[in-house]
Amino acid sequence: MAEFLMPKLGTDMQEGILVEWLKKPGDAVHRGDLIAEVETDKGTIQVECFTSGVLEQILVPEGSTVPVGTVLAIIKEEGAPPEAIRQPVVAAPAAGQTAAAKPLEAPPLAPTVKPSTVGQRALMSPAARKRARELGVDPESIHGTGRGGAISLEDVEKAAAAKAAVSTAPPATTTASVSEPAARMARIRQAIAAAMSRSKREIPHYYLSTSIDMHSALSWLAEKNAALPVPDRILYATLLIKAVALALRETPELNALWDGQQGVIAKDIHIGVAVSLRQGGLIAPAIHHVDRLSLEELMVKLRDLVQRTRTGALRASEMTDPTFTVTNLGEQGVESVYGIINPPQVAIVGFGSIVQRPWIVDGQIVPRPIITATLAADHRVSDGHRGGLFLRALDRWLQEPAKL
Amino acid sequence: MTTMTYREAIRQGLREALHDDPRVFLMGEDVGRYGGAFACSRGLLEEFGPERIRDTPLSEDAFMGLGIGAALGGMRPIVEVMTVNFSLLSLDQVVNNAAILRHMSGGQFSVPLVVRMTTGGGRRVASQHSNSFEGWYAHIPGITVVAPATVHDARFMLQSALKEPDPVFIFEHIMLLPEQGAVDESLGPVDLRRAVVRRPGKEVTLITHGGSLGKCLTAARTLAEQGIEAEVIDLRCLRPLDMATILESVAKTHRAVIVDEAWRSGSHAAEISARIMEEGFYSLDAPVARVCSAEVPIPYAPQMEDAALPQPTDIVRTVQEMISSHG
Repeated sequence: MAEFLMPKLGTDMQEGILVEWLKKPGDAVHRGDLIAEVETDKGTIQVECFTSGVLEQILVPEGSTVPVGTVLAIIKEEGAPPEAIRQPVVAAPAAGQTAAAKPLEAPPLAPTVKPSTVGQRALMSPAARKRARELGVDPESIHGTGRGGAISLEDVEKAAAAKAAVSTAPPATTTASVSEPAARMARIRQAIAAAMSRSKREIPHYYLSTSIDMHSALSWLAEKNAALPVPDRILYATLLIKAVALALRETPELNALWDGQQGVIAKDIHIGVAVSLRQGGLIAPAIHHVDRLSLEELMVKLRDLVQRTRTGALRASEMTDPTFTVTNLGEQGVESVYGIINPPQVAIVGFGSIVQRPWIVDGQIVPRPIITATLAADHRVSDGHRGGLFLRALDRWLQEPAKL
Repeated sequence: MTTMTYREAIRQGLREALHDDPRVFLMGEDVGRYGGAFACSRGLLEEFGPERIRDTPLSEDAFMGLGIGAALGGMRPIVEVMTVNFSLLSLDQVVNNAAILRHMSGGQFSVPLVVRMTTGGGRRVASQHSNSFEGWYAHIPGITVVAPATVHDARFMLQSALKEPDPVFIFEHIMLLPEQGAVDESLGPVDLRRAVVRRPGKEVTLITHGGSLGKCLTAARTLAEQGIEAEVIDLRCLRPLDMATILESVAKTHRAVIVDEAWRSGSHAAEISARIMEEGFYSLDAPVARVCSAEVPIPYAPQMEDAALPQPTDIVRTVQEMISSHG
């Protein structure tokens, strides 16, 4: 038996709304299948499962708001014997009522031993685990501040105090409704506010900027696009993202995640692409393994990602695992973008628009399309020297577009 | 209350024992005419005569055996081995006779032997003279292993050791010998079985013995300036371990650092760490940490020896890393 839990889709996420079940009881599910849609502060996310088997029982009906870590459904693993049916944790909303979920009176305690198939268990000290059990705090809902993000005794006590404070406060109205766009917007704004304040509070940013001649890249792209049918044509942003990924291979300390103690270099290069939402706000979901994609594949993924971001159909993994962010405000006509690092990432690069400028080539002043790339990086993890090498590598890749 | 050196405290303890009990005698290399390799027995030959202050040849195996025989014969021998490094020559007598004769004789014989020796590094006397093997002795069932870390304990541990019916090994840290400290005659005998909290604290427990106690107290003062109150436990007895005192402290602080001049692998520090895990797992808010000597022969060069041995800065850093938290 495996439990399908309300995932934690961001450091600050406390609860989520189960919007829709994409599978029903009795359906076969495979590891990686999308089985539910969850609404969080950052939008609607489609959640994958990590177990193959049969969706045996749904415990949380659509429209319910439940804390992170709540068991949403039971999946019977292949070959496992059936288990006693569990009591649903939330009563289904009465017929005719809108999907306004009642806050849970007491979140169910996570079982002491979780099947290892449901992701990795949170790092937690023995004393903290014991105390959490005594206080009835779900470990999955606690933000760890110890070494390597481990949950300490103090974290448990703080979480319990916060929980007590919330339960005595009047019920919040904004979290109850699934369909109210204004409330959703307010929550996206709140999430951005929390992440950006934390970033500027904790991360000592340094900024480096360089102007890159895009003549070679754009000429090469124009030639390549001429041979492609219109819908398949490649935007120059694709070149920028690919060049960033290849430059990161050469300066891996910028492709890292801060673990509370130090920057840990990420194995893979997952580039978060900042996508503005029509209603305002922005999300930076990840395109995975950008350094291994061809420009054509990257273009397809970029188009798909932007579209899904704007329609609110992102996957959980895309939300949680970018290792570096690219923000491009070229369309807005700005010259340069000084980004704010999205924690736990340790760097972001911003591109302005391409403008024609007088440029000196072989002693002659000629008009050239110039783009300004600005790196913001975490000085705890890297120094200006490495940042400079990154920008130089980025420039070099953009001078040799055929190699991208 | 009087003040004296650790060395003087040992000498007074010896003098008192020789004075109070005619069965007591001191035996070892250079303890008589030379006054002891570290001058702990200076003047005793003159005071008590060659019958009771006996110089031995350089033959640790032989005179350890003599001590065991004398104890079996009803005497109360105090055997001084110059340093723990040379005591390895007599380890067979310890392991295969002293520690097991009570068991082998079905309880008919006991070996009321007291063995004293110096231990530890820091004296710039190179690798073969700077080891800390008291943890090896603490591996052996059938003996008691103690380490006086204060002048007071150096003065009174011998008295308690001589009351034990089975062998007691006293490890005197070489760097403590010239240290000055207070001796309080009114405190009564030292309880060999109980560890002592030398400094109360609430954020972390430093567990140590012998020559590392002072380093822990120095580190604790530095930590206190940073708002971290460290509790410092002086084990006093390495075998048997007073786990009650350790566990009571860890239940309060939730964090433990063991500071031991021996090497880390397979060490007494490892034993304490394991016991905390076995008996106090649910008290822990962080993995138990150890500050031990670098796993190299203890170097001769001063700066290298200092770098190899645990220092207060190492203790401070270990505690800081354990406690620092990040949002």
